[in-house]
Amino acid sequence: MGCRAVIFASVGSMLPFDRLVKAVDEWARDNPGHGVFIQIGEGAYEPHYASYARIMPMADYREGLRLCDLFVAHVGMGAILQGLEESKQMLLMPRQQKLGEHTTDHQLHTAARFGHRPGIKIVDDADALKLEIGRLITAPLVTGDRISDQSSPELIAHVARFLDSARPRH
Amino acid sequence: MNREPRLIAAASGGGHWIELLRLKRAFEGWDVVYVSMFENYVSAIPGARYYTVPDASRFDKLAFFKVALKAFRIMLKERPDAIVTTGSAPMLWFLIFGRLIGAKTLWIDSIAQAEKMSSSGRIAKKLATVAVAQWPEVARDEDIEYWGAVL
Repeated sequence: MGCRAVIFASVGSMLPFDRLVKAVDEWARDNPGHGVFIQIGEGAYEPHYASYARIMPMADYREGLRLCDLFVAHVGMGAILQGLEESKQMLLMPRQQKLGEHTTDHQLHTAARFGHRPGIKIVDDADALKLEIGRLITAPLVTGDRISDQSSPELIAHVARFLDSARPRH
Repeated sequence: MNREPRLIAAASGGGHWIELLRLKRAFEGWDVVYVSMFENYVSAIPGARYYTVPDASRFDKLAFFKVALKAFRIMLKERPDAIVTTGSAPMLWFLIFGRLIGAKTLWIDSIAQAEKMSSSGRIAKKLATVAVAQWPEVARDEDIEYWGAVL
């Protein structure tokens, strides 16, 4: 491959997701020379080859995201929204309820809704994840423009109107 | 003479918090008090007041009641006129206490709930002044309004 890629991976901040952490760590083992960093949350598996943190301050997380060549994450909305705000190519693997990775299967639904957006690639298992990391650092996805850090004007207007109705009358 | 109207904007950690931040522009003109679960989130809301409640994301009962206690204290201290939350379940306490003090409350179900409303959202429907979903189909199924999405 030659050039040194920076991979920033995150399982979010709320629940463990060792399947993803282990896959990224194994990729780091098999592909030395790249910069691999993982936010592992409360997982039991601690990476041996990749650098990691349990949970990073929000500003550092954002910096890691901004500087990486590839963002690897669970299919959490925090990851997706921030990835879109930074216009990063994203490789996402959904948590599955049957594997004890979340309380519901909503990440599969989110994956179905967001998987077709430019710059997003969804995989279902660890082997596919490892394969795609190699592919995407060599041939990156085309991403969309950075999105605004604010909601759609429609939602902002509705919420502002709701708040107007909540103003105390003196 | 009159104080600025006061808003509590509350969300659990992770995506819920990112969704809440994406509503900031709607909060202009309000004295906003933010509530979430991690101390370091304060860096995202310079100048605003910020409280944390315990992380009760895995629904252990003790943590859930610890959130209730903290939420109650925050409400008594801040006396908000309005409350906006993007979930999740622990933030239901702000809807309950909001009702008690006569604040108007808004629950915005997460955009992650693309197929059906969250179970906490179903409870919020009964507690909040208004509850909305971020997918038209979900809103239709729940007989609530769709106001657009955080995206």
